[in-house]
Amino acid sequence: MEVRWDVFLIILGSALVTFLPRVLPLMVLSRMELPEWGVRWLHYVPIAVMAALVGQELFLQEGKLSLLANVELLAAIPTFLVAIITRSLLGTVVVGMVSIMILRYLFPLL
Amino acid sequence: MGREQVQVEALASAGEQGSFLQGIKDCIPTLLGYLSIGFAAGVLEKTAGLSIMEIALMSILLYAGSAQFIAAGMIAAGSSATGIIMTILFVNLRHILLSAALSPYFRHLSAFRNMLVGSLLTDETFGVAINEAAKRKQIDEKWMHGLNLTAYLNWIAANLAGAYFGQWIANPEQLGFDFALPAMFIGLLVLAMLSRKQIRLDIVVAISAVVIAVGVSVLYPGNLGVIVATLCASTIGMVIERWK
Repeated sequence: MEVRWDVFLIILGSALVTFLPRVLPLMVLSRMELPEWGVRWLHYVPIAVMAALVGQELFLQEGKLSLLANVELLAAIPTFLVAIITRSLLGTVVVGMVSIMILRYLFPLL
Repeated sequence: MGREQVQVEALASAGEQGSFLQGIKDCIPTLLGYLSIGFAAGVLEKTAGLSIMEIALMSILLYAGSAQFIAAGMIAAGSSATGIIMTILFVNLRHILLSAALSPYFRHLSAFRNMLVGSLLTDETFGVAINEAAKRKQIDEKWMHGLNLTAYLNWIAANLAGAYFGQWIANPEQLGFDFALPAMFIGLLVLAMLSRKQIRLDIVVAISAVVIAVGVSVLYPGNLGVIVATLCASTIGMVIERWK
Protein backbone atom coordinates (compact mmCIF):
# COMPACT_ATOMS: atom_id res chain seq x y z
CA MET A 1 0.00 0.00 0.00
CA GLU A 2 2.96 2.31 -0.35
CA VAL A 3 3.67 4.97 -2.94
CA ARG A 4 7.29 4.94 -4.09
CA TRP A 5 8.97 8.29 -4.52
CA ASP A 6 10.13 7.70 -8.13
CA VAL A 7 6.71 6.38 -9.17
CA PHE A 8 5.08 9.40 -7.53
CA LEU A 9 7.32 11.74 -9.55
CA ILE A 10 6.48 9.89 -12.78
CA ILE A 11 2.74 10.15 -12.02
CA LEU A 12 3.01 13.84 -11.13
CA GLY A 13 5.08 14.70 -14.23
CA SER A 14 2.80 12.69 -16.52
CA ALA A 15 -0.27 14.29 -14.95
CA LEU A 16 1.14 17.77 -15.59
CA VAL A 17 1.99 17.12 -19.26
CA THR A 18 -1.50 15.64 -19.70
CA PHE A 19 -3.29 18.46 -17.89
CA LEU A 20 -1.70 21.33 -19.84
CA PRO A 21 -2.72 20.24 -23.38
CA ARG A 22 -6.23 19.64 -22.03
CA VAL A 23 -6.78 23.05 -20.49
CA LEU A 24 -4.46 25.57 -22.19
CA PRO A 25 -6.25 25.78 -25.57
CA LEU A 26 -9.61 26.25 -23.83
CA MET A 27 -8.12 28.94 -21.57
CA VAL A 28 -6.05 30.75 -24.18
CA LEU A 29 -7.81 30.37 -27.53
CA SER A 30 -10.72 32.57 -26.52
CA ARG A 31 -8.15 35.38 -26.30
CA MET A 32 -5.74 34.65 -29.17
CA GLU A 33 -5.38 32.37 -32.18
CA LEU A 34 -2.64 30.02 -33.35
CA PRO A 35 -0.90 30.75 -36.66
CA GLU A 36 -2.32 28.83 -39.65
CA TRP A 37 0.67 26.49 -40.02
CA GLY A 38 0.56 25.67 -36.32
CA VAL A 39 -3.06 24.59 -36.59
CA ARG A 40 -2.27 22.48 -39.68
CA TRP A 41 0.73 20.88 -37.97
CA LEU A 42 -1.25 20.03 -34.85
CA HIS A 43 -3.92 18.55 -37.09
CA TYR A 44 -1.52 15.72 -38.04
CA VAL A 45 -0.16 15.03 -34.56
CA PRO A 46 -2.90 12.55 -33.50
CA ILE A 47 -2.44 10.42 -36.64
CA ALA A 48 1.36 10.57 -36.48
CA VAL A 49 1.68 9.67 -32.81
CA MET A 50 -0.88 6.85 -32.91
CA ALA A 51 0.70 5.35 -36.04
CA ALA A 52 4.18 5.60 -34.48
CA LEU A 53 2.98 3.83 -31.34
CA VAL A 54 1.19 1.12 -33.32
CA GLY A 55 4.32 0.62 -35.47
CA GLN A 56 6.56 0.33 -32.45
CA GLU A 57 4.21 -2.12 -30.72
CA LEU A 58 3.72 -4.34 -33.77
CA PHE A 59 7.06 -4.41 -35.60
CA LEU A 60 9.52 -4.41 -32.72
CA GLN A 61 10.28 -7.24 -30.34
CA GLU A 62 12.80 -6.43 -27.62
CA GLY A 63 14.14 -3.56 -29.69
CA LYS A 64 14.65 -5.62 -32.87
CA LEU A 65 12.68 -5.56 -36.10
CA SER A 66 10.46 -8.64 -36.26
CA LEU A 67 8.39 -9.51 -39.33
CA LEU A 68 8.23 -13.31 -39.14
CA ALA A 69 6.69 -15.42 -36.38
CA ASN A 70 5.21 -12.24 -34.95
CA VAL A 71 1.87 -12.95 -33.26
CA GLU A 72 1.23 -9.27 -32.54
CA LEU A 73 1.40 -8.50 -36.25
CA LEU A 74 -1.02 -11.35 -37.05
CA ALA A 75 -3.46 -10.29 -34.32
CA ALA A 76 -3.37 -6.74 -35.68
CA ILE A 77 -5.10 -7.86 -38.90
CA PRO A 78 -8.50 -8.77 -37.37
CA THR A 79 -8.09 -5.83 -34.98
CA PHE A 80 -7.72 -3.33 -37.85
CA LEU A 81 -10.62 -4.92 -39.74
CA VAL A 82 -12.97 -4.71 -36.75
CA ALA A 83 -11.95 -1.09 -36.12
CA ILE A 84 -12.70 -0.14 -39.73
CA ILE A 85 -16.00 -2.05 -39.91
CA THR A 86 -17.50 -1.36 -36.47
CA ARG A 87 -15.80 1.96 -35.60
CA SER A 88 -16.09 0.84 -31.99
CA LEU A 89 -13.15 1.29 -29.63
CA LEU A 90 -14.52 -1.33 -27.25
CA GLY A 91 -15.11 -3.88 -30.04
CA THR A 92 -11.59 -3.28 -31.35
CA VAL A 93 -9.95 -3.83 -27.96
CA VAL A 94 -11.98 -6.99 -27.25
CA VAL A 95 -11.29 -8.54 -30.67
CA GLY A 96 -7.59 -7.65 -30.36
CA MET A 97 -7.29 -9.34 -26.97
CA VAL A 98 -9.23 -12.45 -28.05
CA SER A 99 -7.18 -12.72 -31.28
CA ILE A 100 -3.84 -12.63 -29.50
CA MET A 101 -5.09 -15.04 -26.86
CA ILE A 102 -6.06 -17.58 -29.54
CA LEU A 103 -2.87 -17.02 -31.55
CA ARG A 104 -0.65 -17.47 -28.50
CA TYR A 105 -2.48 -20.68 -27.67
CA LEU A 106 -2.17 -22.03 -31.22
CA PHE A 107 1.37 -20.88 -32.01
CA PRO A 108 3.29 -23.50 -30.01
CA LEU A 109 1.09 -26.15 -31.65
CA LEU A 110 1.83 -25.09 -35.24
CA MET B 1 -50.76 30.52 -25.06
CA GLY B 2 -48.91 33.79 -24.58
CA ARG B 3 -45.30 34.66 -25.09
CA GLU B 4 -44.66 34.03 -21.41
CA GLN B 5 -45.66 30.40 -21.63
CA VAL B 6 -43.50 29.81 -24.69
CA GLN B 7 -40.59 31.27 -22.77
CA VAL B 8 -41.28 29.07 -19.77
CA GLU B 9 -41.41 26.00 -21.99
CA ALA B 10 -38.21 26.98 -23.73
CA LEU B 11 -36.50 27.45 -20.37
CA ALA B 12 -37.78 24.12 -19.08
CA SER B 13 -36.53 22.22 -22.10
CA ALA B 14 -33.20 24.06 -22.00
CA GLY B 15 -32.92 23.11 -18.34
CA GLU B 16 -33.63 19.50 -19.19
CA GLN B 17 -31.31 19.26 -22.16
CA GLY B 18 -28.46 21.27 -20.75
CA SER B 19 -28.51 20.11 -17.14
CA PHE B 20 -25.89 18.31 -15.09
CA LEU B 21 -28.22 15.30 -14.89
CA GLN B 22 -28.61 15.20 -18.67
CA GLY B 23 -24.81 15.26 -18.95
CA ILE B 24 -24.68 12.16 -16.74
CA LYS B 25 -27.31 10.44 -18.91
CA ASP B 26 -25.50 11.33 -22.13
CA CYS B 27 -22.33 9.72 -20.76
CA ILE B 28 -23.97 6.32 -20.25
CA PRO B 29 -23.42 4.95 -23.80
CA THR B 30 -19.63 5.36 -23.37
CA LEU B 31 -19.46 3.75 -19.91
CA LEU B 32 -18.96 0.17 -21.10
CA GLY B 33 -15.95 1.20 -23.17
CA TYR B 34 -14.40 3.02 -20.20
CA LEU B 35 -15.08 0.07 -17.90
CA SER B 36 -13.35 -2.50 -20.08
CA ILE B 37 -10.35 -0.38 -21.05
CA GLY B 38 -10.04 0.93 -17.49
CA PHE B 39 -10.17 -2.62 -16.17
CA ALA B 40 -7.44 -3.75 -18.59
CA ALA B 41 -5.32 -0.74 -17.59
CA GLY B 42 -5.78 -1.63 -13.91
CA VAL B 43 -4.72 -5.24 -14.49
CA LEU B 44 -1.61 -4.14 -16.42
CA GLU B 45 -0.67 -1.50 -13.84
CA LYS B 46 -0.93 -4.12 -11.11
CA THR B 47 1.11 -6.70 -13.03
CA ALA B 48 3.67 -3.98 -13.83
CA GLY B 49 4.34 -3.91 -10.09
CA LEU B 50 2.38 -0.82 -9.06
CA SER B 51 0.62 -0.81 -5.68
CA ILE B 52 -3.13 -0.16 -5.35
CA MET B 53 -2.36 3.30 -3.91
CA GLU B 54 -0.13 4.13 -6.86
CA ILE B 55 -2.82 2.95 -9.28
CA ALA B 56 -5.47 5.03 -7.50
CA LEU B 57 -3.19 8.07 -7.61
CA MET B 58 -2.49 7.48 -11.29
CA SER B 59 -6.14 7.23 -12.32
CA ILE B 60 -7.10 10.27 -10.20
CA LEU B 61 -4.23 12.57 -11.27
CA LEU B 62 -3.33 11.32 -14.73
CA TYR B 63 -6.75 10.10 -15.93
CA ALA B 64 -5.80 9.14 -19.47
CA GLY B 65 -6.11 5.60 -20.82
CA SER B 66 -3.27 5.53 -23.29
CA ALA B 67 -0.95 7.44 -20.93
CA GLN B 68 -1.64 4.98 -18.11
CA PHE B 69 -0.98 1.96 -20.33
CA ILE B 70 2.29 3.53 -21.48
CA ALA B 71 3.33 4.46 -17.94
CA ALA B 72 2.63 0.90 -16.74
CA GLY B 73 4.56 -0.67 -19.63
CA MET B 74 7.51 1.68 -19.33
CA ILE B 75 7.72 1.47 -15.53
CA ALA B 76 7.75 -2.34 -15.87
CA ALA B 77 10.50 -2.05 -18.52
CA GLY B 78 12.54 0.19 -16.21
CA SER B 79 12.49 3.27 -18.46
CA SER B 80 13.68 6.63 -17.18
CA ALA B 81 11.19 9.11 -15.72
CA THR B 82 12.11 11.67 -18.41
CA GLY B 83 11.49 9.14 -21.20
CA ILE B 84 8.10 8.18 -19.76
CA ILE B 85 6.97 11.79 -19.29
CA MET B 86 8.16 12.84 -22.79
CA THR B 87 6.33 9.94 -24.45
CA ILE B 88 3.13 10.72 -22.53
CA LEU B 89 3.44 14.40 -23.44
CA PHE B 90 3.47 13.50 -27.14
CA VAL B 91 0.68 10.96 -26.87
CA ASN B 92 -1.51 13.51 -25.12
CA LEU B 93 -0.66 16.42 -27.41
CA ARG B 94 -3.74 15.36 -29.35
CA HIS B 95 -5.79 16.82 -26.50
CA ILE B 96 -4.67 20.26 -27.72
CA LEU B 97 -6.83 19.72 -30.77
CA LEU B 98 -9.81 18.49 -28.80
CA SER B 99 -9.53 21.35 -26.32
CA ALA B 100 -9.08 23.89 -29.14
CA ALA B 101 -12.11 22.50 -30.97
CA LEU B 102 -14.28 23.00 -27.87
CA SER B 103 -12.99 26.50 -27.09
CA PRO B 104 -15.52 28.41 -29.25
CA TYR B 105 -18.38 27.02 -27.13
CA PHE B 106 -16.95 28.27 -23.84
CA ARG B 107 -15.75 31.75 -24.84
CA HIS B 108 -18.13 33.41 -22.40
CA LEU B 109 -16.54 31.67 -19.41
CA SER B 110 -13.58 32.87 -17.35
CA ALA B 111 -10.19 31.23 -17.82
CA PHE B 112 -10.60 29.36 -14.53
CA ARG B 113 -13.96 27.91 -15.53
CA ASN B 114 -12.51 26.94 -18.91
CA MET B 115 -9.76 25.12 -17.02
CA LEU B 116 -12.38 23.16 -15.08
CA VAL B 117 -14.15 22.22 -18.33
CA GLY B 118 -10.88 21.05 -19.93
CA SER B 119 -9.28 19.28 -16.98
CA LEU B 120 -11.36 16.10 -17.44
CA LEU B 121 -11.47 16.12 -21.22
CA THR B 122 -11.00 12.72 -22.92
CA ASP B 123 -11.42 11.30 -26.43
CA GLU B 124 -14.79 9.86 -25.47
CA THR B 125 -16.24 12.88 -23.66
CA PHE B 126 -15.02 15.06 -26.51
CA GLY B 127 -16.88 12.81 -28.95
CA VAL B 128 -20.11 13.14 -26.97
CA ALA B 129 -19.66 16.90 -26.48
CA ILE B 130 -18.94 17.69 -30.13
CA ASN B 131 -22.07 15.71 -31.10
CA GLU B 132 -24.07 17.78 -28.64
CA ALA B 133 -22.59 20.95 -30.16
CA ALA B 134 -23.57 19.78 -33.66
CA LYS B 135 -27.14 19.12 -32.50
CA ARG B 136 -27.76 22.17 -30.29
CA LYS B 137 -25.17 24.72 -31.49
CA GLN B 138 -24.03 25.13 -27.91
CA ILE B 139 -22.66 23.19 -24.97
CA ASP B 140 -23.89 23.90 -21.47
CA GLU B 141 -21.18 24.17 -18.81
CA LYS B 142 -23.14 22.14 -16.23
CA TRP B 143 -23.97 19.47 -18.83
CA MET B 144 -20.26 19.22 -19.62
CA HIS B 145 -19.40 18.74 -15.94
CA GLY B 146 -22.05 16.02 -15.61
CA LEU B 147 -20.59 14.23 -18.61
CA ASN B 148 -16.97 14.64 -17.49
CA LEU B 149 -17.48 13.66 -13.84
CA THR B 150 -19.45 10.52 -14.73
CA ALA B 151 -16.70 9.36 -17.07
CA TYR B 152 -14.03 10.23 -14.49
CA LEU B 153 -15.58 8.33 -11.56
CA ASN B 154 -16.35 5.34 -13.78
CA TRP B 155 -12.73 5.28 -14.95
CA ILE B 156 -11.30 5.36 -11.42
CA ALA B 157 -13.67 2.53 -10.36
CA ALA B 158 -12.73 0.44 -13.41
CA ASN B 159 -9.01 0.97 -12.76
CA LEU B 160 -9.28 -0.08 -9.13
CA ALA B 161 -11.39 -3.12 -10.04
CA GLY B 162 -8.75 -4.15 -12.58
CA ALA B 163 -5.98 -3.58 -10.05
CA TYR B 164 -7.84 -5.67 -7.47
CA PHE B 165 -8.38 -8.59 -9.84
CA GLY B 166 -4.88 -8.14 -11.22
CA GLN B 167 -3.36 -9.69 -8.11
CA TRP B 168 -4.84 -13.08 -9.09
CA ILE B 169 -3.82 -12.90 -12.71
CA ALA B 170 -0.38 -14.48 -12.80
CA ASN B 171 0.15 -14.21 -16.54
CA PRO B 172 -1.75 -11.31 -18.14
CA GLU B 173 -0.15 -12.06 -21.53
CA GLN B 174 -1.91 -15.41 -21.69
CA LEU B 175 -5.24 -13.57 -21.51
CA GLY B 176 -4.18 -10.96 -24.04
CA PHE B 177 -4.22 -8.00 -21.60
CA ASP B 178 -0.93 -6.64 -22.92
CA PHE B 179 -2.51 -6.38 -26.38
CA ALA B 180 -5.27 -4.06 -25.08
CA LEU B 181 -2.86 -1.14 -25.57
CA PRO B 182 -1.85 -1.72 -29.23
CA ALA B 183 -5.50 -2.60 -29.96
CA MET B 184 -6.64 0.68 -28.42
CA PHE B 185 -4.06 2.62 -30.46
CA ILE B 186 -5.26 0.82 -33.60
CA GLY B 187 -8.85 1.75 -32.70
CA LEU B 188 -7.99 5.41 -32.00
CA LEU B 189 -5.91 5.64 -35.20
CA VAL B 190 -8.63 4.13 -37.39
CA LEU B 191 -11.39 6.21 -35.78
CA ALA B 192 -9.38 9.41 -36.18
CA MET B 193 -8.61 8.67 -39.84
CA LEU B 194 -12.18 7.68 -40.72
CA SER B 195 -13.63 10.82 -39.12
CA ARG B 196 -11.58 13.13 -41.41
CA LYS B 197 -12.05 13.53 -45.12
CA GLN B 198 -8.43 13.28 -46.17
CA ILE B 199 -7.66 9.61 -45.99
CA ARG B 200 -4.81 9.61 -48.56
CA LEU B 201 -2.76 12.28 -46.84
CA ASP B 202 -3.47 10.68 -43.47
CA ILE B 203 -2.21 7.32 -44.79
CA VAL B 204 1.00 8.98 -46.02
CA VAL B 205 1.49 10.55 -42.58
CA ALA B 206 0.72 7.26 -40.80
CA ILE B 207 3.11 5.18 -42.93
CA SER B 208 5.88 7.79 -42.56
CA ALA B 209 5.35 7.72 -38.80
CA VAL B 210 5.55 3.90 -38.66
CA VAL B 211 8.72 3.74 -40.79
CA ILE B 212 10.47 6.53 -38.87
CA ALA B 213 9.41 5.17 -35.46
CA VAL B 214 10.59 1.64 -36.25
CA GLY B 215 13.78 2.81 -37.98
CA VAL B 216 14.83 5.18 -35.19
CA SER B 217 13.93 2.64 -32.48
CA VAL B 218 16.10 -0.06 -34.10
CA LEU B 219 19.06 2.34 -34.26
CA TYR B 220 18.51 4.06 -30.90
CA PRO B 221 16.66 1.84 -28.41
CA GLY B 222 14.40 3.76 -26.07
CA ASN B 223 11.56 6.20 -26.61
CA LEU B 224 13.17 8.54 -29.09
CA GLY B 225 11.46 6.77 -32.03
CA VAL B 226 7.91 7.84 -31.22
CA ILE B 227 8.91 11.44 -30.56
CA VAL B 228 11.04 11.84 -33.72
CA ALA B 229 8.36 10.08 -35.81
CA THR B 230 5.61 12.37 -34.49
CA LEU B 231 7.58 15.55 -35.19
CA CYS B 232 8.68 14.44 -38.68
CA ALA B 233 5.44 12.83 -39.88
CA SER B 234 3.29 15.80 -38.73
CA THR B 235 5.64 18.13 -40.57
CA ILE B 236 5.42 15.92 -43.69
CA GLY B 237 1.61 16.15 -43.54
CA MET B 238 1.66 19.93 -43.09
CA VAL B 239 4.20 20.48 -45.92
CA ILE B 240 2.38 18.24 -48.43
CA GLU B 241 -0.90 19.96 -47.63
CA ARG B 242 0.61 23.41 -48.19
CA TRP B 243 2.23 22.40 -51.47
CA LYS B 244 -0.94 21.01 -53.01
